[in-house]
Amino acid sequence: MKLDIDLQKLLGAVNVPADWVGIREVYEAHTPRMIRDGVPVANSHASTHGLMVEVLVDGQFGYFGTPKLTQEGVSDAANKAFLQAKLASKHSLFSFDVNARPVFKGEYISPYKKGRESLSAGSLNKLLLDAYNSLKISDKIVSAHSLCQIIETKSKFISSNGSDINQEFLMLEFDLSATAADGSNQQTRTFAGMRGTCRQVGVEFFDQEEIMVNANRIGEQALELLHAEECPSGEMDIVIAPDQMMLQIHESIGHALEVDRILGDERNYAGWSFVKLEDFGTLKYGSDLMNVTFDPTMESEFASYAFDDGGLKATKEYLIKEGTLLRGLGGQESQIRSGLEGVANFRSSGWNRAPIDRMANINLESGDSSFDELISSVENGVYMESNKSWSIDDYRNKFQFGCEYGRLIENGKLTKVVKNPNYRGISIPFWNSLKGVGNSETFGIYGTPNCGKGEPNQVIRVGHASPACLFGNIQVFGGV
Amino acid sequence: METIFNHLSDKLISTLKKGEHLIISFDGEKSQFIRFNNASIRQTGLVDDATMSLKFIANGRTCHGAFTVSGNQDIDIQRGENEIDRMRKESKEIPPDPFLVMPKNSGSSHEIKKVNGLPFDNAVSALIPVMEGIDFVGIWVNGKMYRGNANSAGQRHWFETDSHCLDYSLVTPSHQMVKGCYAGSDWSQENYEKYVENSKSKLKIMNRKPIKVNTGEYKTWFEAAAVADFLSMFSWNGISEASIRQGCSGFGRMRHEDVRLSSKLSLAEDFSPGLCPKFNSEGEVSKDSLTLIENGKLKNTLVSSRSAKEYNLDSNYAESGEYLRSPRMAPGNLSHSKVLKKLDKGLYLSNIHYLNWSDNSGGRITGLTRYACFWVENGEIVAPIKTMRFDDSFYNFFGNQLLEVENKLTVVPETSTYEKRSLGATTCPGILVNSFALTL
Repeated sequence: MKLDIDLQKLLGAVNVPADWVGIREVYEAHTPRMIRDGVPVANSHASTHGLMVEVLVDGQFGYFGTPKLTQEGVSDAANKAFLQAKLASKHSLFSFDVNARPVFKGEYISPYKKGRESLSAGSLNKLLLDAYNSLKISDKIVSAHSLCQIIETKSKFISSNGSDINQEFLMLEFDLSATAADGSNQQTRTFAGMRGTCRQVGVEFFDQEEIMVNANRIGEQALELLHAEECPSGEMDIVIAPDQMMLQIHESIGHALEVDRILGDERNYAGWSFVKLEDFGTLKYGSDLMNVTFDPTMESEFASYAFDDGGLKATKEYLIKEGTLLRGLGGQESQIRSGLEGVANFRSSGWNRAPIDRMANINLESGDSSFDELISSVENGVYMESNKSWSIDDYRNKFQFGCEYGRLIENGKLTKVVKNPNYRGISIPFWNSLKGVGNSETFGIYGTPNCGKGEPNQVIRVGHASPACLFGNIQVFGGV
Repeated sequence: METIFNHLSDKLISTLKKGEHLIISFDGEKSQFIRFNNASIRQTGLVDDATMSLKFIANGRTCHGAFTVSGNQDIDIQRGENEIDRMRKESKEIPPDPFLVMPKNSGSSHEIKKVNGLPFDNAVSALIPVMEGIDFVGIWVNGKMYRGNANSAGQRHWFETDSHCLDYSLVTPSHQMVKGCYAGSDWSQENYEKYVENSKSKLKIMNRKPIKVNTGEYKTWFEAAAVADFLSMFSWNGISEASIRQGCSGFGRMRHEDVRLSSKLSLAEDFSPGLCPKFNSEGEVSKDSLTLIENGKLKNTLVSSRSAKEYNLDSNYAESGEYLRSPRMAPGNLSHSKVLKKLDKGLYLSNIHYLNWSDNSGGRITGLTRYACFWVENGEIVAPIKTMRFDDSFYNFFGNQLLEVENKLTVVPETSTYEKRSLGATTCPGILVNSFALTL
């Protein structure tokens, strides 16, 4: 699908006395395919296509999301957005000017070798069926599935002050899952927990041999978990794999640093933050080993891009350096409101939602410990992989996470498998208990397609990359 | 919108060849969104959106497609025909589907709710004045919603409603919060102002200095909004027949071990309030009411027609995701005016937050207290509590620890706006529980 509408011509059709007008065209198509229990359960192609027309009037932005891709449609949308903004401007929370929409021109295309059409629906179904057969290694595997989703997004943004941006994304989500059960004893093992395997990449991602090896491992681990002991309870060291670090970073760093949350916009929904505006530059967020970046430049990570949806150019920035909080996740509007430095993270889920502060790629930088060094430094602890449960309070303090797969660490060695490994803690003390960061060989790139936030609600894709990490004296527990 | 839906459906169905079948599902909205922070407007705008979803069956295969309906007849027909062409080709190369759900004509329906709502252009002047002087944060959502279904067997359904919802929080200077949700169809300025004033009056007690309670087990009262959140967990690896069969349901103990919940707990899927359409995306029409849990015993699960074929059962026309669409928990005998006295000493939780299964097969759910949550002693509210994490099994708090159920039901509207505005509500009472575990 090519975006061939002349947006400049549509912009020319806008006839309202606004201080600024922008048009963002978004086309997005999802192609999910899934085999469950040997049978195809999803072969779909769902697309959405529309325009977000945004105007600035007397310091207030107003918008109209419309599927009408014509001059008449845009003109009508601009008129209605103008009226909404005008009526609201007497009660604006903040009076913006045109500096809230910086001027940039440029383009971005996801790095990939093979596009969606280079792998036919039939070939992909066969690959997924083969993967299912490798997952189903026993009658105790009561259900198994293999799935992939290809996402193609095309976005164009132009504005009355001269922005002109084209971005095209090709993304993949992939999962393998096996559930072993014996009555109400049921254990599920997946490829990286909660659809954690998601990347900006082409269909060259599908390596038949590697997928079958992983499918077989996942089936075997599901069976292992079925017969495993419960994870022990108590205060102990934990080593967390990158596919769980992903969610730890997401919930206890990413959301906490969103400046719109700190400014109170989200208090009725996702919540507030324990971080205050005055904490930037001073708060000791974690141990000296902790270095966290906003990195939209990492190749193949899920939320890489060149410009955010407000048109701001995206660059890599340190959020936390050697444990000290430096910078928040605030786009241009939040930077103006707060007076803080931020990043290009003003993002929307599509043409029918206005941008807000979101995460993109939030990564924990590698340290210098090998995986063996992390494990060997633990006398009594648990190693945990792959998220299956997550919850955190509205200030992003008290969290609790559950993982799919655990192994005891006894006297510096990985020993038996345990099921239902869970841990809980409070964000700042937890990150200050970070006492080992894995090197680049332990580094994994993951993400999540389902980050929810905003009113009206928006679900957005984010990337998280991290090495394996060691935390000291954490509350650990098992299942019922 | 209905005309667009009908015309487009007719046109696409007419393109089918022999042996091809089509089920069309439609959803659309014309919505206003105003976002408030500190009783001022943070963002404001309108969204027109509509999606047509197609399920194409041919050659023993099932394919799905969906596209945005632009309102331009030529463009939309072209988009629909392109999708059908794509699915026609795809149906020749993907594996067969042994659990096909074919379209049927079981009768059509037509329901349009005419309301006297608040015009978009009047929203700011109507909403703002009563907020003044308080830290008010939230979202105003208003406008029409559409759902349609058509199939190649000749069946057709249309559901159109118009509603508003102001979902908000009031915040004290010490960051304590009270939750409100003013929702309905006809607009009444007087009722709206009364509702917000009532929320404001609750702020007084929130100004008391919050106290920290220790981890441990407490006698606890849950308001209906909190109960609705617990019930929402049944829609996710819970009461779905497919979830139970696939080994990922918290209801496994009820199915496999005949574990029962409290005899005071009864739950049904009840469409009689008419807050959402009775037809699902397959165009199948549910009964007005389906008993799910009766006096603590699991009587029915939600069974879609696909699960019915796969597991050789009768369908009760659940959605394909087998989630609750209009749950109603039965009332009990406890009057709200007696709650504090009955509680005597313990927790009074108005709302809970960020629930997740912490041990799905054990029925254990974790989450947090949020909004107006109090410590109670001698039958009186002492003070709000600081945020606490809980982790407990519904086999406990809906089971042997359930003491009393409120005699009045509250309608808790579905406020989600992910991708599109949602329909429906949970109707439930508050509950009094003998023991509930706080863990952090």
